[in-house]
Amino acid sequence: MSKLYSGAEIVFKCLEDRDVKFIFGYPGGAVLPIYDELKNHSSIKHILVRHEQGAGHAAEGYARSSGKPGIVLVTSGPGATNVVTALTDAYMDSVPLICISGQVPTHLIGTDAFQECDTTGITRPCTKHNWLVKDIKDLPKILHEAFEVATTGRPGPVLVDIPKDIQFAKTNYSKPKKIKKVNGKSHNKFTQNDINELINLISKAKKPMIYTGGGVINSGPKASEALREFVRLIGFPITSTLQGLGAFPGDDNQFIGMLGMHGTYEANNAMHDCDLLINIGARFDDRITGKIDEFSPKSKKVHIDIDPSSINKIIKVDLAIVGDVNEVLRSTIKKINQKQNGIKVSNKQKISKWWEQIQKWREKDSLGFINSDKTIKPQHAVKRLYELTKSQDTFITTEVGQHQMWAAQHYKFNKPNRWMTSGGLGTMGYGLPAAVGVQIAHPDKLVIDIAGEASVLMTMQEMSTAVQYNLPIKIFVLNNQYMGMVRQWQELLHEKNYSESYSEALPDFVKLAEAYGCKGIKASNPEELDEKIKEMIDHKGPVIFDCQVDPNENCFPMIPSGKPHNQMILGPNDKEENKITGKGKALV
Amino acid sequence: MANPKSAYSIPTKKGKPDTHIIVVWVDNESGVLARVVGLFSGRGYNIESLAVAEIDAAKNISRITIVTTGTPQVIDQIKLQLKKLVPVHKVADFKREDKKVIFKEMALLKVVGKKKKIEKCIKACKTYNPVILDKSSKSVVIQITALRREIDKMSKKLKSLGLISTSRTGAIAMTRGADVFK
Repeated sequence: MSKLYSGAEIVFKCLEDRDVKFIFGYPGGAVLPIYDELKNHSSIKHILVRHEQGAGHAAEGYARSSGKPGIVLVTSGPGATNVVTALTDAYMDSVPLICISGQVPTHLIGTDAFQECDTTGITRPCTKHNWLVKDIKDLPKILHEAFEVATTGRPGPVLVDIPKDIQFAKTNYSKPKKIKKVNGKSHNKFTQNDINELINLISKAKKPMIYTGGGVINSGPKASEALREFVRLIGFPITSTLQGLGAFPGDDNQFIGMLGMHGTYEANNAMHDCDLLINIGARFDDRITGKIDEFSPKSKKVHIDIDPSSINKIIKVDLAIVGDVNEVLRSTIKKINQKQNGIKVSNKQKISKWWEQIQKWREKDSLGFINSDKTIKPQHAVKRLYELTKSQDTFITTEVGQHQMWAAQHYKFNKPNRWMTSGGLGTMGYGLPAAVGVQIAHPDKLVIDIAGEASVLMTMQEMSTAVQYNLPIKIFVLNNQYMGMVRQWQELLHEKNYSESYSEALPDFVKLAEAYGCKGIKASNPEELDEKIKEMIDHKGPVIFDCQVDPNENCFPMIPSGKPHNQMILGPNDKEENKITGKGKALV
Repeated sequence: MANPKSAYSIPTKKGKPDTHIIVVWVDNESGVLARVVGLFSGRGYNIESLAVAEIDAAKNISRITIVTTGTPQVIDQIKLQLKKLVPVHKVADFKREDKKVIFKEMALLKVVGKKKKIEKCIKACKTYNPVILDKSSKSVVIQITALRREIDKMSKKLKSLGLISTSRTGAIAMTRGADVFK
């Protein structure tokens, strides 16, 4: 008879078989058997966070920057409920997480026991799937399946709820078997005909656009390489969603900036006027499309996505290609090359006028802002940060709000997996713990959280984690004393009634840093900015950088609610400023 | 509206809503019905009726039949979202008018009253395969199988004849001929 292992041992055996190196977690009564077992598994390091939400976001940062799934370990009841925000965030942004939660012993389930909650019930809508393990014999199979579900197809979070008695109970362990598709769910359904049709559309287009999203990042670094080859081969302009930044080099001439609500003038106008729109791994999110009825009205639309339910969900498309981005692009490139130079040459001539038009839009310089020599403009701060860090392989995380948009606009990413931000759920407090996870995955790289002072205070306690593990993360706080994006909407839509968006009693961030045992730096005028940023980068440990910026700066350009792509509000210099009126107001 | 002001408020209706019957084959495990029903409520789809039971004990498969209404786009989404659920094996859907599919509901009707009225009730049910499940001097329990609207009609009609309690199932469906749902 083969050896019997306890539930806790099986958890670790499974993690070892999946080559897991780090767990982000927080102990508690219902997971103690698993924590007890930790000491016997030296290849797995546990990172102790300060709040379970931090564990979830750290695991997200780890996963997004490394391409491996993030592992979270929490206790029952409050441990599980605290991680719900992070699970929902991962679900919206398709980040593979495996969350293992403790549960009260099986005989107490349903009795309102201490620290009991219906974890699988609560997390059902925010995971791809979850399991409550009621029989120890099911545990190995469930854990293997959990990894399968989280990492295949469109990735996402899963949760395995393990009652305490199951962690003690013993059974046999079997290694993960070769992937059998769960209930016949396959992810590559495209045919050669689809590819031919795509090439046909490409060869006919006069005003084409490529619109890429997080799916390219999730498809792996190879997909980004394929994308670069594909885009250069056909010479089309390319724009990206927030999540897709870095898949195509941000400083390349063919890249016309991010699109959407705070996207560039050229990207949004090109989306509106194009005659062929190729969506690669994006999902027509409402921050991208603006007004649905007037979204890219003249174009034929192609949608390449691994998730069939993303197709035709919001925008009807003419050609749907269900498959992994990398595989679809590889087949397309292969086919184009087979056809020889016909398409390559003629196509680039055909779209030269289109490029001229894009060039005209570009001249608007929609990301421009009026700089100041008295106060630090937040855009200027991000630009300087970019200039001073672009020589090294830098990883950027963000919180949510104006600073996030400025980071997306002014920081240029040249590689995938270098940009971690909460796009779908828009979770304030994401960036700091995510930076912890990124730094764990890349201990020798520069990791910066471009933050807002309001957001970062939501998960500030994770600085303690960073100090404990000596993770040299840099928290670059664009401190404008306001919830900036809220203040901006209030200025534009609510007659400058700044209701509850000003933080009156902010901490002294330098002293706060010192209290955590790390370095605090403060910059309040443009002259000292560069020098202080350099000081931050050169410091070996974690830093909180209090960058005191102009509190009244707004984030432009902007598509106001209820407007199509070609009606943007540009920066302060723009004379024909659109005002948001009527119904749009209620819908921010 | 000449100039709609918002990207979020205007529901873009694509086609008119239709009633569909959706049949889902799932692993018969705890929580699976909650997943299916939760998907409907969470995404704002409606459920008119629901019928679920295990159909294959050896393979541990249950069959769920859901009657829902939605535009073609919504129905497509429902199917695609259902197919993404891990315990779901396959999903079939058809319109209520579909001639190739039979669907039936069952109802238990309890009538209390004088003998004459009870006889009248049984007679009225004649076209809907009535089965007398219980009979006493003052009451009767009649089982009928019919379409939803027929049962609606019957329960209305029998009200005046002493119908005091109705219990109904959701619709279940089966293809005609040798074909099965794919």
